Amino acid sequence: MKTHDLITNLTTGLRPVERHAVGRRLALSAMAGMLVATLAVLLTGGMRPDMGPVLDDPVFWLKSAFPATVAVAALVLCGRLSRPGARTGAGWLLLALPLLAVWSASAWLIASAPPALRMQLVLGQTWRVCTFNVVALSLPSFMATFWAMRGLAPTRLTLAGAVAGLLAGAQAVLVYTIYCAEMAPPFWATWYVLGMLLPTAAGAMLGRRLLRW
Amino acid sequence: MVSTNRMSTTVEAAEIVLRDCFLAGLAGDAAQYRAFLEGLTGHMRAYLRRRLPKAQDDVEDILQETLLAVHNARHTYREGQPLTAWLHAIARYKLMDFFRAHARREALHDPFDDEHERIFAASDDEPANARRDIGVLLETLPDRHRLPIVFVKLQGLSVAEASLASGMSESAIKVGVHRGLKALAARLRGDA
Repeated sequence: MKTHDLITNLTTGLRPVERHAVGRRLALSAMAGMLVATLAVLLTGGMRPDMGPVLDDPVFWLKSAFPATVAVAALVLCGRLSRPGARTGAGWLLLALPLLAVWSASAWLIASAPPALRMQLVLGQTWRVCTFNVVALSLPSFMATFWAMRGLAPTRLTLAGAVAGLLAGAQAVLVYTIYCAEMAPPFWATWYVLGMLLPTAAGAMLGRRLLRW
Repeated sequence: MVSTNRMSTTVEAAEIVLRDCFLAGLAGDAAQYRAFLEGLTGHMRAYLRRRLPKAQDDVEDILQETLLAVHNARHTYREGQPLTAWLHAIARYKLMDFFRAHARREALHDPFDDEHERIFAASDDEPANARRDIGVLLETLPDRHRLPIVFVKLQGLSVAEASLASGMSESAIKVGVHRGLKALAARLRGDA
């Protein structure tokens, strides 16, 4: 086909483009993923038994703020990586802050705890199932985010896939906080982070295959 | 120094003109959008020719892939972002895609296998004619390429009507016609 004919083909029946298409698409996929994951938690495990009183505990809100901040940073980065030529810049800083905060708080807590209690701080009661549950809960967000980004235009596919996976992992942890009763930062710094890293790695591996356009 | 200045002024002027046409196109103005695509074609052809001195035959193919990509990704452009940065990222992406596919093709290239095929091809002359039969050729295409060609090119439907008839989106119809015709041409030449 001649280039001239292609241009004619592309301009016939041209429709206006909706504004803020990138933001809308990502917001929609993020909400869909969270909604399905929340329903899955409510239908299988249910909320943690002390959900009412724990809402007055600032530690619960810090615990939720951790994955929420990571999710916001990942969402910002997903938006930037979905636009050709956009800079990612400050998004990485926003991503590093919650991680650094949780890791330094955990290091301080472990260092100041009596040696006999240190393992307990890291392992909690549920370390065996935590990462698995988070990864399972990340699946709906993972699919939704990749759906959204396939309709956009990422040009750095491995990186875009990794950040999409991270978003799915962070959303899953955020949802998981309504079920998981662990309240020690060293536990979050280990198992929650691992739960976010596995979808990130999966996203990085699948990025080139799933996000090509 | 003077020539550098003149060059950067030309680039800026092109950015402003192209950007105005593109933004009007985003709002639905087909004439302005056409002007944008034609302007872009000129710049892009020069850009690709400079970068592919040894593959001039592929320039037009990559150019068309890039135009398609720009069209299909036009909703990801954010007002205020330099248009050249956005276009350049897309062009580079399509160029890398071409290099990757090219490297794969070269790696698979095996002169002995080619020779085998040529020996068998020479022993019968009929299939060459049969293969030109449009129906037979179309059957070899996947649905997403075949249906758009049947609806738009053979039955003469508009893109919108073809979209309704096939359940595919309008941009999928346009992409399908383009890719399908290209695949058919390649097959007629005997590439695949």
